[in-house]
Amino acid sequence: MKVIRCLIRGCSVLSCVALWQLASSLHANLGVITFRNVPPPTEVVESALALLKSPKLLAHVGSSLWRVFAGYGAAAVAGVAFGFAIGRSRAAGDLLLPPLELLRPIPAVAWIPLSILIFPSSELSMIFITFIGALFPIILNTIHGVANVDRRLVASARSLGGTSTAILFEVVLPAAAPSIVTGLAIGMGTSWFCLVTAEMISGQFGIGYYTWEAYTLQNYADIIVGMLIIGVLGMGSSWLLTTFGQALMPWRRAVETR
Amino acid sequence: MNIRVADDLTHAVGCIDVTHVSISLGEEAEAFEAVSDLSFAVTPGEFVCILGPSGCGKSTLLGAVAGHLKIGGGQLTVDGKPVLGPSPDRGIVFQQHTLFPWKRVRDNVAFGPKMRGVGKQERRRAADQILQLVGLSGFEHFYPSQLSGGMQQRVEIARVLINRPRVLLMDEPFGALDAQTRNMMQEVLLDIWTEIPTTTVFVTHDIDEALFLADRIVVMSARPGRIVEDLRLPFARPRVSDLVTDVEFVRLKRHVRGLLRQPEKAPQLARLDPLGVQEA
Repeated sequence: MKVIRCLIRGCSVLSCVALWQLASSLHANLGVITFRNVPPPTEVVESALALLKSPKLLAHVGSSLWRVFAGYGAAAVAGVAFGFAIGRSRAAGDLLLPPLELLRPIPAVAWIPLSILIFPSSELSMIFITFIGALFPIILNTIHGVANVDRRLVASARSLGGTSTAILFEVVLPAAAPSIVTGLAIGMGTSWFCLVTAEMISGQFGIGYYTWEAYTLQNYADIIVGMLIIGVLGMGSSWLLTTFGQALMPWRRAVETR
Repeated sequence: MNIRVADDLTHAVGCIDVTHVSISLGEEAEAFEAVSDLSFAVTPGEFVCILGPSGCGKSTLLGAVAGHLKIGGGQLTVDGKPVLGPSPDRGIVFQQHTLFPWKRVRDNVAFGPKMRGVGKQERRRAADQILQLVGLSGFEHFYPSQLSGGMQQRVEIARVLINRPRVLLMDEPFGALDAQTRNMMQEVLLDIWTEIPTTTVFVTHDIDEALFLADRIVVMSARPGRIVEDLRLPFARPRVSDLVTDVEFVRLKRHVRGLLRQPEKAPQLARLDPLGVQEA
């Protein structure tokens, strides 16, 4: 049964690729959309192989990865710290939450023009956009996790002699961990999204820039190669995060496999 | 150090004094007095059951002894010292287990010693020892979610008793278990209690449970909770399950049921819990 289902799924993907090949080689015009300028899969594979061999790939992917690492990393640290402060202390909540609530509805992408003005280099402004994109989901999920810790567990820990510091690390942190990891996963997605957009607008190097450059230089096959690489990078980073989360929370797996 | 070390060993510990205690719950307009002007005492080594209908304030009182609720008036002391906050000297077991889901059974039990700064090797050995006492050898590496309800409560009891508290406070600890497991757990509890004699205050609304376990039953009326009767039980220990068919047991049961009978139209009050929240 399982083999047959896998076979069906594989065929489904293959037939999509085949339809694409057919449509682009016929330069099909479907009215609303046209495949006149869309390269067929065979050309895409060729371009991808060419890119794989050239040193450009490493430069583009490397600079995108670095930006995500810096911006997302800063957002993870700041988001978890702010989230803890706001979730644990009413004073911190009153002090920090109102400005954050005001900024939250502004999409990260809308920050691009201002951040170009604020930061001395476009590199820093792109990192900032990545940071802003990831910050809010991480903060909000951390607050949610920290504020919803079962108060009975905290009471129990106090009855067993736990000090406030011990309770923070032994009870609140692990209790909030699933929420924090959810925030980190959502933040990872938005931060890639924001980065690619920022790179298209103000980048030099970076996979978003590569994709946009391919469009302006009319290397249409490279557009799709760029899209695919962005997809792979996004998938890879969320896989890393899930694996990391599972390794960090073995008790969650114990529940599932009971 | 919260653990009694220098205590004179000839001096028995676990004396609770409740004198004219009142406790208010709820905020501002919704505040109400859950316990008003209640007085009673528990002597060292005693197993006392507090029996009463839902909402009579028995769990609230327990929460105050544990140090989770502030008293509004009166005096509350354990071994002569006023209760100012939670302490491992006053261990509490809730109706629903409060084991840390992210800690294995052994590390849950070793939490108290860890907070006291006991080394890893030593506290693990202590945990394994007490786990053996509650009949959970072989489950040290399990996560709480992998255990049955009865086993979870055994871990909970072990986790409290490893601190050798002056008093053991239990808030309907077997209330969420099925009847068969509950009976078994009552016998397990008495076995543990024989091994580690600790002054115990056990809150329940199950008459059979109170009669089976206690040296003494304090019967409370509906809110505002008052002590209706303070009953000393004549049954010898060790107790076996056959006790429930004993003539005297049945007579006392009828008597207590009479005390607890409420007028037909009495409102059913929400259950209070030792942290003061009203459960939905």
